[in-house]
Amino acid sequence: MQHTSTQDTLVGLFVASGIVGLFFLALQVSNLSSFVEEDSYTITARFENSGGLKIKSPVSAAGVKIGKVSAINFDPKTYESVVQMSIYSNYNTLPDDTTASIFTSGLLGEQYVNLEPGGSDEFLKNDGKIDITQSAIILEKAIGQFLFKSAEESPEDKK
Amino acid sequence: MDNSVSSQNSLVSVRNLSFSRGDKKIFDGISLDIERGKITAIMGPSGTGKTTLLKLIGGQLYPEQGSITVDGQNVHQLRRTDLYNLRKRMGMLFQSGALLTDMSVYDNVAFPLREHTHLPESMIRTLVLMKLQAVGLRGARNLMPNELSGGMARRIALARAIALDPMMILYDEPFTGQDPISMGVLVHLIKAFNNILGLTSIIVSHDVHDTSAIADYIYVLSGGKIAGQGTPKEIQQSESEWVQQFMTGAADGPVHFHYPAKDYVDDLLSSGKRY
Amino acid sequence: MIQFLQYLGKSTRTSFTKLGRGTYFLLQIISGILSVLPRPRLLLNQMYSVGVLSFLIITISGLFVGMVLGLQGYYTLSDFGAEESLGVMVAASLVRELGPVVTALLFAGRAGSALTAEIGLMKATEQLSGMEMMAVDPIKRIISPRFLAGFLSMPLLAALFSAVGIIGGQMVGSGLLGVDEGAYWSQMQNNLDFQDDIINGVIKSIVFGFVASWIALFEGYDAIPTSEGVSRATTRTVVNSAFSILGLDFILTTLMFGDD
Repeated sequence: MQHTSTQDTLVGLFVASGIVGLFFLALQVSNLSSFVEEDSYTITARFENSGGLKIKSPVSAAGVKIGKVSAINFDPKTYESVVQMSIYSNYNTLPDDTTASIFTSGLLGEQYVNLEPGGSDEFLKNDGKIDITQSAIILEKAIGQFLFKSAEESPEDKK
Repeated sequence: MDNSVSSQNSLVSVRNLSFSRGDKKIFDGISLDIERGKITAIMGPSGTGKTTLLKLIGGQLYPEQGSITVDGQNVHQLRRTDLYNLRKRMGMLFQSGALLTDMSVYDNVAFPLREHTHLPESMIRTLVLMKLQAVGLRGARNLMPNELSGGMARRIALARAIALDPMMILYDEPFTGQDPISMGVLVHLIKAFNNILGLTSIIVSHDVHDTSAIADYIYVLSGGKIAGQGTPKEIQQSESEWVQQFMTGAADGPVHFHYPAKDYVDDLLSSGKRY
Repeated sequence: MIQFLQYLGKSTRTSFTKLGRGTYFLLQIISGILSVLPRPRLLLNQMYSVGVLSFLIITISGLFVGMVLGLQGYYTLSDFGAEESLGVMVAASLVRELGPVVTALLFAGRAGSALTAEIGLMKATEQLSGMEMMAVDPIKRIISPRFLAGFLSMPLLAALFSAVGIIGGQMVGSGLLGVDEGAYWSQMQNNLDFQDDIINGVIKSIVFGFVASWIALFEGYDAIPTSEGVSRATTRTVVNSAFSILGLDFILTTLMFGDD
């Protein structure tokens, strides 16, 4: 039982630095700071195709994150994708004719929902619905269309 | 010595004990009694399982057959807590001393006291110094075990073994590898503790001379059986050839000088194979 | 052929026997933990030799691993014009994989081998036996505190490793290579999830700490009490811990990050 107070101090320092490390990971590295449940309200939008959108994908307006996707479901009657978003309650002045589109950040980046505010005086409320939506751009589809078009055009050029 | 008398007054009685390690039978139905307050020696050549016997008495090993009773309790039928309580009343001196190498001499002797009692530190200090004084090493209390000589380590271990004032002490080869002086010190200590503290002592040893000098009663083990028993005098006059060879240390006799092997000439002439 | 089969059968049986002994040993350790709790001194002493003494090797390794990740990540990402994501890459690899795994491997090499050698030598010098004869249970007195210390130190060490590594990656990335510091941190925060990444990483390190301490202590306790036996046991600790850690890492990763 050889023990000294230096040893105790070192153990104390070790445990403290380990806990600081854990806190660092939690607060500085991960999204815990934004994960702390902020007050939010839910709105839904129906898309023809929600592409690679995932739960927790960001929802932004004018490039600023104002919420996140909370659920994505398939509606078996209308064959549409129903995307539920929780918007932080301090952004409670979105007009009810806001447009929702699914964009991709960069060429290969993550997909996110972009909200384009309209001009209405009525604001979206909890459980509100966005009527005007624009689906995700599916890269394969776009390339396919492009190739199809250029294939149609090119024979004429040669004549 | 009459058997019925000894079993009444015996602290440890071993009955019909068998134990084997792998295929080798170490004990084959032996029975012996250790009398209270006496020094009993268990002797035999190396490899006859003397240490094993001590471990069986301490409940660290389990016999295949037979029973061992210590102070009226069957060691191998005790519940764990009872066995531990019994062990608190036994001290064991290991061949190597078995001191805890990460503690000083003082802490080693204090170890059983701190583990088993809730005495205040000042009283533990008094007890530890008393035990160290008894083995003559009070001045070495701040040394670490690696700074001790073999003889000193054994004396410290002895001080630790008597820390809880046990009813008996098991000595495992206490004299092996000791110079004449530390041997003399150990012989003196074993004798003195036995007489002054009223302990029962069991010495396991192959050192004929010093052991028979202090033992009251001797059992000689061989081949898993008891080859001879009696007071040192009786043993020395034993008619058993085997016991005679052991006591006098003759190179050849019933115990052969050679490890069992095939015929020497055949072995030399058979070429090629190593084995 | 028959000999080979016999050998195979025998060695399979021995390994199962060993696993059985190990499991029994683990149960004993766990039941011994209760008696450690009222004696924090025992735990504190072990936290020192297991945790504090591993501190330096863990933080220095973490720093260098993070710096290398920053460098390599930058070269790969800059080909795609995605240097901004350097923070995500460094942090994700550290928090999810390298932090827990490398820390556990270093832990097995640094603390695990020391534990095995210590326990093995205590056994060889009859200290464990001696303790038993003094009616002190060596499992409760010697093994359980060490187990608990290893188990508690591992997540702390792994967190330190990752944290220091992320800072090292930032030093190289924005200090040397000119990645925007704000982008480094904000991309990281947007892409790493507290529950999915940090908590799962911590769970991994707890599991690894549990397994590495168990293996180290068991190999020591089960060692043949000779100098050769102890040296073999020490080697086995490092090898078996490495295998178990990497194998478990695969299983845990599949369970944690598999679906999505």
